[in-house]
Amino acid sequence: MGTVRLAFSPAPAHVRTARLVGVAVARRAGVADAIIDEVRLAIGEACSRAVALHRRHSLSDLVEVELVAEAQFTVRVTDHAPVDTATIGVEGDPEHTDPFGLLLDTSASNAADMTNVSDEDVAVGVSLTLLSGLVDDLAVIPGRDGVGTQVCMSWPAGRAR
Amino acid sequence: MELSLSARSIGDRTVLEVGGEVDVYTAPTLREKIVSLVDGGARLIIVDLTHVEFLDSTGLGVLVGAMKRLRMVGGDFALVCDQEKILKIFRITGLDRVFTLHSTVEAATAGLAG
Repeated sequence: MGTVRLAFSPAPAHVRTARLVGVAVARRAGVADAIIDEVRLAIGEACSRAVALHRRHSLSDLVEVELVAEAQFTVRVTDHAPVDTATIGVEGDPEHTDPFGLLLDTSASNAADMTNVSDEDVAVGVSLTLLSGLVDDLAVIPGRDGVGTQVCMSWPAGRAR
Repeated sequence: MELSLSARSIGDRTVLEVGGEVDVYTAPTLREKIVSLVDGGARLIIVDLTHVEFLDSTGLGVLVGAMKRLRMVGGDFALVCDQEKILKIFRITGLDRVFTLHSTVEAATAGLAG
């Protein structure tokens, strides 16, 4: 089936478009129906993460998505935000299954301790945790020329051509 | 499907029924609705996710924020969800140990500390 590429301005509304295109290509590639929901969520998470990074750094650069249907269905989502330790290398790290220590104590006193943690911080904290839980074949690597990061994910594809 | 929000009262509990997709685009609308409920005096809020078709980390962030806001004002918060694909998201992120999850609104209503 080959390759589909899209690029979009870092606006939340376009993440939905990327999800729709991604799922359409995944279905044509023969990804099993049983994991389509996971593919949809993973593509959305990777794109949301890229949009959040661009917005955090006031970047208008396009977020790039590459969908490749071969023996595997592979998705690469590339951002252009400065690389920091919060954005790569956390997959499989047990510490990130408890973003901001939310599990330690859910009492009112702990809620007060969480006042410095925004909704967005929580979303960023759980995003890669969610990706690592959803996708067996996941890598978050530095982008080309050391700028940005690329989230690479793949799933078995049944009828790539 | 677009986000849909509908609030109703059951005694001193407020049930917010959420439907459609809760993602990076629609999550701010959900946040604004919950903030308005809390600002309007709601202290025991049940968010019913039964009709949610899609939930991402942005939506989870809003739900964590709602729990924080309510506990800081002495309130309480519970979720209703019986869809495996949504429950799986809570399990993967470990947030099933943070939130009180119920399978029905009735169970959440009975379980919420009043």
